[in-house]
Amino acid sequence: MKALFSLVAVVILILLAWFGSGSSGGAYLFGVILPYAAITLFVLGVVYRVLKWARSPVPFRIPTSCGQQKSLPWIKNSNLDNPHSLVGVVARMALEVLCFRSLFRNTKAEVKDGPRLVYGSDKFLWLGALAFHWSFLIILLRHYRFFTEPVPGFIMGIESLDGLMQIGVPPLLITNIAVTGALLYLWARRFTNPQVRIISLIADHFPLVLLLGVVTSGVCMRYFFKVDLPAVKQLAMGLISLNPVVPAGIGSIFFIHLFLVSVLLAYFPASKLMHMAGIFLSPTRNLANSNRRVRHINPWNYPVKVHTYEEYEDEFRDVMKAAGLPVEKE
Amino acid sequence: MYDAGKIIVGLVIFLLLITAPVWYNAASGQASYAPHLEIVTDAKACVAPTDYMRTSHMELLNTWRDEVVRHGEREYTAFDGTVYEKSLSNTCMGCHSNKAEFCDRCHDYMAVGRPYCWDCHVEPKGGSQ
Ligand code: HEC
Ligand code: HEC
Ligand code: HEC
Ligand code: HEM
Repeated sequence: MKALFSLVAVVILILLAWFGSGSSGGAYLFGVILPYAAITLFVLGVVYRVLKWARSPVPFRIPTSCGQQKSLPWIKNSNLDNPHSLVGVVARMALEVLCFRSLFRNTKAEVKDGPRLVYGSDKFLWLGALAFHWSFLIILLRHYRFFTEPVPGFIMGIESLDGLMQIGVPPLLITNIAVTGALLYLWARRFTNPQVRIISLIADHFPLVLLLGVVTSGVCMRYFFKVDLPAVKQLAMGLISLNPVVPAGIGSIFFIHLFLVSVLLAYFPASKLMHMAGIFLSPTRNLANSNRRVRHINPWNYPVKVHTYEEYEDEFRDVMKAAGLPVEKE
Repeated sequence: MYDAGKIIVGLVIFLLLITAPVWYNAASGQASYAPHLEIVTDAKACVAPTDYMRTSHMELLNTWRDEVVRHGEREYTAFDGTVYEKSLSNTCMGCHSNKAEFCDRCHDYMAVGRPYCWDCHVEPKGGSQ
């Protein structure tokens, strides 16, 4: 149901862009106004959410420690899994962000005959996630050819590396296969694995279907329904230089692509995709385990009103004496 | 705010990355550049309608290549009835003999790189990148 809802939502978005971009006013709406609105929402939304997260107090160090803490000199410390210094934290974060190290340790629990509960290693989620994110990054970088003039050399380098297999004209790009395959796997996983299936919400299905829509429309545009790319670049450069123009005769497949991207950008700050910024702000990863070596003052400590024994005695001296209790001051 | 310094630096990096193309193009001053494609032939039309050529000339070349190399069909009847030889170096470059001011100029603009076709096929003289 939730998957179906997401699928239908994306199909409606596609139809909207398809029929909406037909007229010249529609092309302006889908080619200029909506992209501007989307990027504004994206930037402001991300900044807003990060600042909001940044206001939560972090009084104490709570890194997940998966290794030996730094203590006495002869006890070997595990600097990546229980970092004690900035260097360790930076290395841990880099491995996390670039290689998804924690996901690599993902395990699966299965009930086998017996019944026996068995834990096993499960690298497919890690592999799928890694393939998706890296392809996505490379594709985004390659898109800079629409947004820069002259195009920096390294972008052409990426493209020729990506088209290394030289299959077909224009050459088939490895990332296009990888990104589609990875997205299909990540989505299929939400159906085939019963535990994952039951916890999957619309907020999980929709971004996947939306990304599949973006990628499929892009792939279709490259290999099947060609559009006038110099005109696309004119439009993109117009957007970038705040001097928007909509050249006539760009196929509607381009507006579908661009509209889906706009929806993705606008939806981003409100969605789980915010893990892009969230990963950098994860206290279980980005803090050094210095709880014991450094004194951490609780930042919201206020002066506590204490009632000392002397004051207590002053207050009750007479009563205490009357009851025959010993007092310190006569 | 906790760790304000680090978070602000992170946000500034994020904003710089997002807006990088804006600064890049402002610095290069080429934002409104559009390649001027020089047609040096006297012919009025290309081997297919111009719109189609703009978007799909690579597909046409690929089809020609397959038809020539695999099926030995070397004749192509254009949309206006003219018959051409299916050949990259002879037909295309016969009319578009100014590769640098035509093919390359547009390919540079779109960062298509250098199609590997020229590893084997002959370029028109003086037309190389
Ligand atoms: C490895 C060398 C090589 C590369 C690279 C190459 N070709 Fe060819 N091509 C050939 C050969 C050999 C023939 C056969 C020539 C003949 O039979 O007349 C041919 C024939 C063709 C033909 C038809 C005949 C003619 O005279 O043009 C076309 C069109 C063609 N290739 C297009 C391309 C395109 C487009 C590319 C780049 C995407 C390309 N080729 C890359 C070697 C190559
Ligand atoms: C008979 C001469 C002739 C031949 C052969 C020819 N072209 Fe053209 N081509 C032209 C002319 C003339 C134009 C400009 C048409 C116009 O402005 O409407 C043109 C336009 C084009 C355009 C569009 C340029 C633009 O302004 O956007 C491309 C791309 C192109 N040709 C590629 C090719 C390729 C690739 C081949 C080989 C398959 C080829 N041409 C063969 C004469 C030719
Ligand atoms: C109007 C701009 C324009 C002109 C003029 C033009 N091309 Fe292209 N060409 C492109 C674009 C854009 C692509 C990449 C298409 C893509 O990535 O989907 C391309 C791709 C190609 C490819 C496929 C190789 C690759 O790496 O993608 C070949 C081969 C090619 N062009 C040959 C030619 C030849 C030969 C001429 C000159 C006769 C020519 N082109 C003129 C815009 C142009
Ligand atoms: C989240 C952002 C985006 C994603 C994930 C994405 C994805 C893709 C993919 C996978 C392709 C297939 C070809 C390739 O890999 O290069 C593609 C092609 C394309 N994209 Fe995007 N895209 C995005 C944003 C944009 C934007 C903002 C534009 C506007 C200029 C755009 C315009 C195009 C065009 C014109 C093509 C066809 C390229 C060709 O024919 O070679 N895309 N896109």
